[in-house]
Amino acid sequence: MRKSVNYIRLEFPSRSSNEGFARMAAACFASQMDPTLNEVEDIKTAVSEAVTNAIVHAYPDSIGKVSLKAKICEGNILEISIKDAGKGIPNIDKARQPMFTTGGDGRSGMGFTIMESFMDALTIHSTPGRGTTVTMRKKIASRANGQR
Amino acid sequence: MDIKMQTADRNLLLELSGELDHHAAKDAIRELELAVDAALPRRLLLDFGGVTFMDSSGIALLLRAKRCMDALDGSMQVCHVQPQAKRVMDAAGIGRLIHIKQEGTV
Repeated sequence: MRKSVNYIRLEFPSRSSNEGFARMAAACFASQMDPTLNEVEDIKTAVSEAVTNAIVHAYPDSIGKVSLKAKICEGNILEISIKDAGKGIPNIDKARQPMFTTGGDGRSGMGFTIMESFMDALTIHSTPGRGTTVTMRKKIASRANGQR
Repeated sequence: MDIKMQTADRNLLLELSGELDHHAAKDAIRELELAVDAALPRRLLLDFGGVTFMDSSGIALLLRAKRCMDALDGSMQVCHVQPQAKRVMDAAGIGRLIHIKQEGTV
């Protein structure tokens, strides 16, 4: 377990209007790590995917709580967790496959693929009926450690 | 998300601007379908020059546009894609299905 240098925790209802806020909040928090523009865009994109999954899949017919925790760890590593208490993912391996979606025509099935390619590590914990936590890590290359 | 439309000689140009996430894509996909249904174009050009952010919801929009144009036996192109959107398109491998070019006019 890496020691945390700084963190934020946010909670919001699963309304699509919060997607932009969530990715901006994560990017603003990460800005103290002095990331490059590309790194900021990577963080925004991955957070957008994870939050959208919670909104579309965890709570398909209702509004529930989504929480976002962003943490700066030693070694200038950003860790972001997006957690919901929704319906869960019955088959994680299947959900991670490119082009697989249960979200219908408006979705591409590329969410996890994009999170994987924009971040360094992605772990998914899910219990059907209890909820899902997606944790992503990215090393921010531009500084030696997370403290200014 | 704002979409501007131009048609000329059964070419349809749609200029998208703003952030294309799941929140915006729902309306954008509907608008795109209405525009294609009204114009019945031979060629669709999607100008992404004003798209400041895109996630996989943009991929869903492109796939839908491709399906609309395939149904009409027409073609489609995407132009002026900004770096962040291009990296999302590359990660999704959309370039194998859809022609993405850097310069373009109808």
